[in-house]
Amino acid sequence: MMGLTFYIAAAIAVIATVMVITRYNIMHALLYLVVSLLAVAVVLYLYGAPFIAALEVIVYAGAIMVLLIFFVMMLNLGKESAIQEQQWLKPRIWIFPSLLCLVLLGELVFLISQNHQPPSAIKVVDPKAVGMALFGPYMAAVELTGILLMAGIVGAYHLGRQKEKTLHRFLEN
Amino acid sequence: MNIHPTTAGMLLAGILFVLGLISILVRRDIIFMLLSVEVMLNAAGLAFVVASAHWGRADGQVMFIFILAMAAAEVSVGLALILQLYHQLKTLDSDEAAKMNG
Amino acid sequence: MLPALIPIIPFISAFLLMLGWKRLSRIATAVLGCGSIGLAALVAVIIAIQFAGNAEQAVVQHATNWVLAGTFQAGIDFRLDALSVVFVLVITAVGFLIHIYAAGYMHDDPDYARFFACMNLFVGAMLTLVMADNLLLLYFGWEGVGLCSYLLIGFWYKDPANGYAARKAFIVTRVGDTAMAIGLFMLFQYAGTLNIPDILGKSPQLWTTGAPVVTIIALLLLGGAVGKSAQLPLQTWLPDAMAGPTPVSALIHAATMVTAGVYLVARMHVLFELAPLAETITAVIGAITLVLAGFSALVQTDIKRVLAYSTISQIGYMFLALGCGAWSAAIFHFVTHAFFKALLFMAAGAVIVALHHEQRLAKMGGLRKLLPGVYWVFLIGCASLAAIPFVTAGFYSKDQIIWLSLSATHGHVALWLAALLGALLTGMYTFRMFFLVFYGEAKTAMHHRPGKSMMIPLYILAVLSTIAGFVELPHTMGHVTLFSNWLHPVLPEVTVTNDSNAMEWASQAMSALLAIGGIGLAYAWVLLRPKGMSDFLEMPAIDWLRKYWARGWDFDYVYNILLVHPYIHLSRMNRKDLVDKLYTGLATLMQWCHNVLARTQSGLLRWYIMAVVLGAVAVLSVLIWRIYI
Repeated sequence: MMGLTFYIAAAIAVIATVMVITRYNIMHALLYLVVSLLAVAVVLYLYGAPFIAALEVIVYAGAIMVLLIFFVMMLNLGKESAIQEQQWLKPRIWIFPSLLCLVLLGELVFLISQNHQPPSAIKVVDPKAVGMALFGPYMAAVELTGILLMAGIVGAYHLGRQKEKTLHRFLEN
Repeated sequence: MNIHPTTAGMLLAGILFVLGLISILVRRDIIFMLLSVEVMLNAAGLAFVVASAHWGRADGQVMFIFILAMAAAEVSVGLALILQLYHQLKTLDSDEAAKMNG
Repeated sequence: MLPALIPIIPFISAFLLMLGWKRLSRIATAVLGCGSIGLAALVAVIIAIQFAGNAEQAVVQHATNWVLAGTFQAGIDFRLDALSVVFVLVITAVGFLIHIYAAGYMHDDPDYARFFACMNLFVGAMLTLVMADNLLLLYFGWEGVGLCSYLLIGFWYKDPANGYAARKAFIVTRVGDTAMAIGLFMLFQYAGTLNIPDILGKSPQLWTTGAPVVTIIALLLLGGAVGKSAQLPLQTWLPDAMAGPTPVSALIHAATMVTAGVYLVARMHVLFELAPLAETITAVIGAITLVLAGFSALVQTDIKRVLAYSTISQIGYMFLALGCGAWSAAIFHFVTHAFFKALLFMAAGAVIVALHHEQRLAKMGGLRKLLPGVYWVFLIGCASLAAIPFVTAGFYSKDQIIWLSLSATHGHVALWLAALLGALLTGMYTFRMFFLVFYGEAKTAMHHRPGKSMMIPLYILAVLSTIAGFVELPHTMGHVTLFSNWLHPVLPEVTVTNDSNAMEWASQAMSALLAIGGIGLAYAWVLLRPKGMSDFLEMPAIDWLRKYWARGWDFDYVYNILLVHPYIHLSRMNRKDLVDKLYTGLATLMQWCHNVLARTQSGLLRWYIMAVVLGAVAVLSVLIWRIYI
């Protein structure tokens, strides 16, 4: 039963991601990405991580993507940027990087398929265990993550501020 | 089809990762590049969770949480940078920001 | 009082002058330049007085270690013994007088400080040379004086001819220095040390008399001495070295540096005693040089070149004495020569300045009335150089050499005859110059009289040129041996085979008569000019001979043909330097790599990501290949 659900979710995720990378309009791409993330959340749930699946929906699809969407709206990118995108994305541009990445994918598939572990059932890890690990052995990493987020806030505030254009003193005059 | 669940999850993660990589390589619009980075980060997180399920241990999920936090910080700073770029150069073309060439 | 102070004071002063350069006023420069040498002279006198109380014992001061490599040790060690005390006193005293003279002579030169810096550096290096306790330090001083000689010959570097003369002096002496360096290597190879007392003590046990090794070493050291002292066959640089300022010619190219070869041979006398062949060659070189240079001096047209050839000739006498084993006679002649040759050069410098930098003898004349002071000191110098009997220092020193070249064990009648011929020539060329300068009609207008700072050193040297001879009188006239007694702890006494008073009288009479005869000939040649003599001089063969001698026996021509032109030809052939191609090729390769790598830094974000992806593909490929294939 898990098999079928997984394949459907995986197919949606892959197709949605392909749509993301082929869209010219940034808004469409973002919406497809939300779909893809939701599909991945299903996969995560199937892999015995309900708490992580919830986080995926809330933080990724909910918070980060909405941030991006609002940002794009703020920049007010319209048809022109889509046309521009269309002009940039020529086969001449994308054919070689894509082939290279497919080679990489082939290698990854080969390596993953060499898995000689005996088949075993998926083990469910409940959120309590995650919480115990997070605030037990990973305490220091959690604190560092807190500092990272703080740095992100300060950095975003500092960089995002609209400053009057000041030239370096060597570039003046 | 009788694929081992861990293998299947890993393959999905690999495919998503490579799709994000293709996108970051072929796009010139810097917002698309940021988007592709999100796809790749998500794929990496998925791989961690699959591994966590395989071993029945919490560590993989802990890593996913860290990745999530990191992605949040990265997006906020990245968007601020894009904003500055847009104000400075009046474009989102990453090739325009090529002044630091050798 | 520390012996090391003597060379260090001039070095410090040279350093200060180099630092001061254009900031110091002229007065400060002169005071610093002359004062340091005066101070060194004072210290030298005090140390010499202390030393004289116990002259048997050499004073060695170990300043610091210099080179320590395996069994090889060379320290900066200064040694004072009877021989180096003589040299130190002469160098500091004459050097001091010449510095004072130079303060007046160079007064209008824009590069006053550079001049005194080089001169002080020279005195320091020369003192290091004569006070060194090991041959490596001696070699350091040896090269140091060579460098200063180069700098000072080319002092007026704006004239390319001066630069050429400086290069010539440097390169020609380098030939000798290379021989000397090889000699030092061999000494270390066989004796295991470069410490002078050790070598002198060890060598009689190491080698038997006439052993090939010691002969080769002695000849190589002689090569260095010959180069520095401008003896045959490396004498060609000294006449050209007169391009430098006159005080330089007086100090470096007459009084001190050119006698470094004499010092070296005297210092290493044990080796030469073990190698009779080398001694004979020394004597023969000296004899031939003194005669050839005497003939050349006879026909020079430039007053400084006359004195230059005369210097070569007089150093030839010293080498002759060294070759005969008459060590102290050579050093004695060095002392008197330092006095009267410095006197002559500086007096000539006074004449040159008075005549507005005119050096040609043909343009001089009639200066007896105009420059009476210079006239008298020049006369005293000429008399001493020509060895006028009884009253001059030059007589006693030169006469001793002439007599010992016959009577000493290594002496020979041919050497004696050459020395006598040299005496005749000396009298002739000296007084030819003297008569040409001071008698006859004046041909050039007077410029200005030399000042006090130029004349006082001349008077002092004139006195020294007269009385310095009385410290050593021959058997036949009082038999005073103060000088050879002083040197006795360092240099062995000469062994005389033919010790008869009558013979000595005869030799002295002959040399005196020849010297006076030479003066007479010069008088006839320059001033009387009898009819027969003019005709004789105008014969084509004589005229050709005159020109041939004036060119210095065409040594330059021969060296040009044999050495210089082939070398220039070879370097032309290798103009594009084959070896250099390798290195420029390497540089070009690096440049190319730089360009290629710089192009990868395009600033394009996607390009960098592509590189990362390529790297990932490569790493995974290697992984797969290593594990599964």
